[in-house]
Amino acid sequence: MKLLEYQAKQRFAAAGIEIPKGRLARTPDEAASAERDLGRIAIKAQVPIGGRGKAGGIAVVDSPEDARAEAERILNLDIRGYPVNSVWCEQGLEIESEFYLGITLDRDRRRLVIIFSASGGMEIEQVAEESPEKISKLWPDPFEGPHSFQIRQLAFQALGQDSKFRESAAKIANALAGVATRLYDVATTLDALTCEINPLALTPDGKLIAADGKLEIDDNAAWRHRDVAEEIAGQPAGTDAVSGDDPFEEEAKRRGLTYVHLQGDIGCIGNGAGLAMNTLDLVKQQGGEPANFLDVGGGASAEKVRNALEMVLLDSNVKGVFINIFGGITRGDEVARGVVQARDELQIKKPLVVRMTGTREEEGRAILQEAGITPALSATEGARAIVALAKGKQP
Amino acid sequence: MSVLVNSDSRVLVQGITGKEGSFHTEQMRAFGTNVVAGVSPGKSGQDANGVPIFDTVADAVQETGANVAGVFVPPAFAADAIMESAASLVPLTVCITEFVPVHDMLKAVSFVQRHGVRLLGPNCPGIATPGACKVGIIPNHINAPGPVGIVGRSGTLTYEVIQGLGQSGMGQTTSVGIGGDPVMGLTFTEVLQLFAADDATRAVVLIGEIGGSDEENAAAWMRESGFDKPVVAFISGRTAPPGKRMGHAGAIISGNTGTAQSKIDALTAAGAAIADTIEDVVRLTAERLGRS
Repeated sequence: MKLLEYQAKQRFAAAGIEIPKGRLARTPDEAASAERDLGRIAIKAQVPIGGRGKAGGIAVVDSPEDARAEAERILNLDIRGYPVNSVWCEQGLEIESEFYLGITLDRDRRRLVIIFSASGGMEIEQVAEESPEKISKLWPDPFEGPHSFQIRQLAFQALGQDSKFRESAAKIANALAGVATRLYDVATTLDALTCEINPLALTPDGKLIAADGKLEIDDNAAWRHRDVAEEIAGQPAGTDAVSGDDPFEEEAKRRGLTYVHLQGDIGCIGNGAGLAMNTLDLVKQQGGEPANFLDVGGGASAEKVRNALEMVLLDSNVKGVFINIFGGITRGDEVARGVVQARDELQIKKPLVVRMTGTREEEGRAILQEAGITPALSATEGARAIVALAKGKQP
Repeated sequence: MSVLVNSDSRVLVQGITGKEGSFHTEQMRAFGTNVVAGVSPGKSGQDANGVPIFDTVADAVQETGANVAGVFVPPAFAADAIMESAASLVPLTVCITEFVPVHDMLKAVSFVQRHGVRLLGPNCPGIATPGACKVGIIPNHINAPGPVGIVGRSGTLTYEVIQGLGQSGMGQTTSVGIGGDPVMGLTFTEVLQLFAADDATRAVVLIGEIGGSDEENAAAWMRESGFDKPVVAFISGRTAPPGKRMGHAGAIISGNTGTAQSKIDALTAAGAAIADTIEDVVRLTAERLGRS
């Protein structure tokens, strides 16, 4: 679950992190009224993706008329596939410096990592790449959390590299200890995979204010945060907190399938994530372009395969489907009958190729053959067959 | 010879009365595994097809001398189950459960390290030493004893390799599924270290996938340590787009890390033979074993 900026900020504020005054607007009129109440404001597109500033999704205005006009423009934008449904209207800040503060998962260390840099703002990724020494990190013990002294150390390490903070470092370090501890609480309470403030604004009076907010919650822990999902999205828990997802992927979620929409024309179905990924690799190796990734899960019952087949074929670009199943103790003849039945019931006219292993796999292949579905002996052979068939050739 | 589990392994099953736990306990026993205990709070004194059930892992270990734990409990309870067996100093815990929250695993992994024991998984198919012991859900009939050590992140893809090698007459010392989650117990490197010390293992097949840098870390260790057993590596997800989670929570390319190419390059530089297909895995392994 990815939260929108304003949703993340509300969580930060509830934990005691200072945020600028702001208001959500869904119409240009609401934005104009926000400007009347708050004065000079930034109007910020609420989309669950970075780079919105460069895409024209942020405007600073100081009259209700401009607010109305800019909000209208931004609400009509589509930022990298995400339509803008709302804008966050936020009081302008006087900013002395922009820092970066983030918490994310360090897979190698198997810990959360708190990252702080005195060079925050739009170019933090470039900073990380070109001057990694400007990024300071802390890996708190998961049972203890970060101690204030550790965060002060982190701050001194990062600030010490820039002479402009010589006077103010201690004051900033103390303020950061408060903000980072609270942000860590948000991250652990909400099962965040990423929890980020960029920029963390230093104001002339020495306050640290979260000028932006990013928060992504672990889907595996969504059951612990139903209230968040419901309150935030007005949607049932378990679905993505953001609207504007790929419609095929949304449909797959409703069907309980692990599906990723891609740009090609060969539908792919596998069981198990690694095998399903490899199915795509094989199709590509044979000169085809996968239309999707779909993992039906470890076991592969006839019912699951039918559901998957129906899902894949919703994408009208699909010219043929390759089903690649490692059966294990699943019976091959049952899977084969399921595929034939699904094809008949769904009236599928497009070519299907099935490669499967499992008990009674020979029987399964015979059933497929008889029904006019191409059985393949190996996954490589199956990929070759579906790529040929989708081009209207014989395999 | 084998790694991690053998005929001396005494297995306890956490969640033995659940649907998955009870089914796979019987499969494990059919494999020849010595399942000595089950744990299911509130059911002590009962048995599951003759396997005595205990309320706690501590009781089960004390009464039966169990030295491997298999975790088959639902995701919300998995981290606690792992910590329970670690607290009883069970040397190896194998967690099959999928969809365990990452923050739970951060604590569980730290707890396991602190107690000096080992964890395999979560979200993994488990481990099998043919003819001796299986903990997990690897299908029984595909395993055969032999000289190849197998270690993989993906379940079904690992089964494909076990089966493909077996059909060509190459069995396994031990097959180890480390799982597809971002935060897990045993890594590729640690399993390679075990295979390095196992005389019976004459070649290793490593089945990796996009996401993280565990394969790169393993490659670095192979180079530094001068690991001299032949390694055949297979990486799935070469065509996966960045930023999309491909089924496994851990299988995601973010920025420049986690790409298939980076893993292939690292493993190639470490001397591994790279297989493009399962058939290639079989062919290259046969060559490395001098069987072609």
